Amino acid sequence: MTDRTPFRIKGETGDWEVVMGLEIHAQVASNAKLFSGASTAFGSDPNANVSLVDAAMPGMLPVINRFCVEQAIRTGLGLKAQINTYSRFDRKNYFYPDLPQGYQISQFAHPIVGEGEIEVDVEVPGKPGYAFTCRIERLHLEQDAGKSIHDMDPHATYVDLNRSGVALMEIVSKPDVRSPAEAAAYVKKLRAIVIALGTCDGDLEKGNLRADVNVSVCRPGQYEKFRETGDFKHLGTRCELKNMNSYRFIQQAIEYEARRQIEIIEGGGKVDQETRLYDPVKGETRSMRSKEDAHDYRYFPDPDLLPLEIEQAWIEDIRKSLPELPDQKRARFEKDYGLSRYDAGVLTSDADKALFFEEVARGRDAKLAANWVTQELFGYLNKEGLELAQSPVSASALGGLISLISDNTISGKIAKDVFVRMIAGEGEAAAIVETHGLKQVTDTGAIEKVVDDIIAANPDQVAKVKDKPQTLGWFVGQVMKASGGKANPQAVNDILKAKLGL
Amino acid sequence: MTDLTALTLASALDGLKSKQFSSVELTQAFVSAIEKARVLNAFVVETPEKALEMAKASDARRAKAKGKVGKLDGAPLGIKDLYCTKGVRTTACSGILGEFTPTYESTVTQNLWDQGAVMLGKLNMDEFAMGSSNETSHFGNVINPWRRKGDNQGLTPGGSSGGSAASVAANLCLAATASDTGGSIRQPAAFTGTVGIKPTYGRASRYGMVAFASSLDQAGPIAKTVEDSAILLEVMCSHDPKDSTSLNIKTPNWQKDVRKGVKGMKIGIPKEYRIEGLSEEIDALWQQGIKWLKDAGATIVDISLPHTKYALPAYYIVAPAEASSNLARYDGMRYGARVEGGSLTQTYEGTRASGFGKEVQRRLMIGTYVLSSGYYDAYYLRAQKVRTKIFQDFVDAFETCDAILTPACPSPAFAFGEKSGDPVEMYLNDVFTVTANLAGLPGIAVPAGLSASGLPLGLQVIGKALDEAACFRVGGALEDAAGFVARPEKWW
Repeated sequence: MTDRTPFRIKGETGDWEVVMGLEIHAQVASNAKLFSGASTAFGSDPNANVSLVDAAMPGMLPVINRFCVEQAIRTGLGLKAQINTYSRFDRKNYFYPDLPQGYQISQFAHPIVGEGEIEVDVEVPGKPGYAFTCRIERLHLEQDAGKSIHDMDPHATYVDLNRSGVALMEIVSKPDVRSPAEAAAYVKKLRAIVIALGTCDGDLEKGNLRADVNVSVCRPGQYEKFRETGDFKHLGTRCELKNMNSYRFIQQAIEYEARRQIEIIEGGGKVDQETRLYDPVKGETRSMRSKEDAHDYRYFPDPDLLPLEIEQAWIEDIRKSLPELPDQKRARFEKDYGLSRYDAGVLTSDADKALFFEEVARGRDAKLAANWVTQELFGYLNKEGLELAQSPVSASALGGLISLISDNTISGKIAKDVFVRMIAGEGEAAAIVETHGLKQVTDTGAIEKVVDDIIAANPDQVAKVKDKPQTLGWFVGQVMKASGGKANPQAVNDILKAKLGL
Repeated sequence: MTDLTALTLASALDGLKSKQFSSVELTQAFVSAIEKARVLNAFVVETPEKALEMAKASDARRAKAKGKVGKLDGAPLGIKDLYCTKGVRTTACSGILGEFTPTYESTVTQNLWDQGAVMLGKLNMDEFAMGSSNETSHFGNVINPWRRKGDNQGLTPGGSSGGSAASVAANLCLAATASDTGGSIRQPAAFTGTVGIKPTYGRASRYGMVAFASSLDQAGPIAKTVEDSAILLEVMCSHDPKDSTSLNIKTPNWQKDVRKGVKGMKIGIPKEYRIEGLSEEIDALWQQGIKWLKDAGATIVDISLPHTKYALPAYYIVAPAEASSNLARYDGMRYGARVEGGSLTQTYEGTRASGFGKEVQRRLMIGTYVLSSGYYDAYYLRAQKVRTKIFQDFVDAFETCDAILTPACPSPAFAFGEKSGDPVEMYLNDVFTVTANLAGLPGIAVPAGLSASGLPLGLQVIGKALDEAACFRVGGALEDAAGFVARPEKWW
């Protein structure tokens, strides 16, 4: 595993580091909204899923959806977090046409979930990658707002309230994220956890997982001082990048934003605390609202709702029903399959990947299976920009190929050729090997003959290898070449050594 | 034939049951009375056709040999405009709701219709229930059917349930629904010689009631007698899963408590309610009440509610704070009145400036201010702490007594404009009633006598949480002792 080296940006006056905390809005995977019975179905006609409560008709009252509370608790347990048996809903007051009540019901002072943590696996191009612990500050439940549509008419804004009142879990991290790649990896890991728990569909395109990133920059060493003292004065002024739903954009936005802040500071200016939006087309962030225009939300406890008091027994019941989480799965992969921390992390970062791997590895050499899945298959999929679900090679087909390697039917090198043919749609590995006569030559007599011929034809090399045994490789290459790559490498080695007297 | 509109709810139900008259006859009598009393401005929507249709259906139910008959079957009632009524305009007497007509029914009114009651129409009130004189209504003030002796000056019926109180006092309905956030049932009842009770917070559902201050609002009836108020309250109250603050408990039979008497009960007299400048007339009424209860076999105990003086200021922070948020939904976007502006902000400003009346705007501004950052702790949080203290005062006091007797209001009904110039003077009207809202306790106002000027005066009984029974027992005893039979002379 690679060390976690600080991500640094070179400025004109020296090096800078980035510090980030993330707020993830994860839509609860529930059929009904947080405080009304209206449907949460995606893709319905505008304003089709709106109850009297969601439209804030006079005299309508919110009633908490127990299922949503349960999902928040499940998620909290998945984040190894404190579940607060007492929590409370507050009103966040502001006017906007897509906010019918004139306030959002959220949990401000007393969230349902307190501090927790997650292990984040970060991929490093060309290297094994590393892991870091990101502390979670809190998770709270809140209502989503509706959607304002500004581009249907040049003179009017249309409002769709289908999302109004949908339950969101806002998951707030501590400022423990230190690079654009770490930010993306954090979102990926959180997504894997909520998907494993079944508490959120994690579909970034549908917007049911969105990230706000608080970015600030500081000089090397300042962050460590902050961690020691907990004093934010050691860190720079932060800007909040709102509503990002792509790993790529998250990284681009952070990088741009960090450079923008460094430029301001180095130019003698001051970073204003503000909310910014990333424009992926222009590749830049722009101001959405400054601190001066920040709303005074006038939070106060919602008098329409009683405090949420949760029985410990219920929490324990939910705990018992938790599925295997990515970190537990990773630990199991390390232990049961003997995989490295990194390979296990990659394979368990996504439930589908883990499932695929387990199918490939069942009854086979697990390390070999892990190599083939992470290197060859994922390498191919990444290159082609394909999802695992679109893989042209199924888990059982890949397993079949690995079995042929394990029982010495083919060598690893030949297997790569077979794999290419499998991708091309030529069928199962065994059939390809049969059709193209790729079976490994383990007949020692045949190999011996080839070896004898090569020794006889190359007296100079024979003389050389006596002094320099490492030149044996040259003989191996010649034999493999002569056998069309089909000779069993182990047998070739053994015979060569015997014949050359090494 | 006797005047059917002069009947109490209890006797009208008896008459319907024994077929002395039909619901249609009874309803027609009220429809005619309402038409003739338009000068009182008690109704903002009259629904005579709907009423007669409902009456006909009731008569049909009663005509069937084994017809299922409700507890209020055939009884014509008035509904405060705060309650959403399906298909009937509901505006809480605010301009901002325009011609808003709900597609849904409030739980309280649904309970009434389920028991066969007949709706005569919607009753006038202070805009969004903010007021103590009914002068803030978008539809103009209600006129109290009572007048001072030898004086034709118009008087307020109190507020915010002014229409409810006036219509009951003027025999325009058998009884009416009302609502009470700081005294809006009890004060108008006292101003009109009627009985009004606010039950324990959570007894009645707030679903479909236009919200003023959610943690204080509570439904209740205004009726002609203590018994009538018990009959109506029983039907209004219910557990409602659609209101998270609704209590999941059974509603008792309170009607049987009314004539139980007070023998053996301990009645607390809070010294802090002897406020500075309390008029002799009100004090004398209070002393009279104490004597009546003593004579009826109750023990009188002196009690202390030390935080009483902070109640009114705390109330006028908590209620506007909640209102400022509850009324944010009236933004001209989805329903009600809308004033188009050049920008979104201008549309908001224009809509709310023209839709809300002055008193509502004042309270929204107070509420916005006390919740704003930097002031929250000093005002809202502090007011909530005071609220806890007031609640604790009552808990302590109820260690030594079963119910508390106080005046209902500091004065009899006043004239229009008399107090509307100074909001603080107007707010002082609630001084005896807000404590029960802040503590969530039941309180009943019962007419107990007439002022020197010939206007009704009321006494208030505050009970323990969920002990409406004590309010009804003491209220019934006061009613018996007072023998209050005065009615406003019909001048309209």
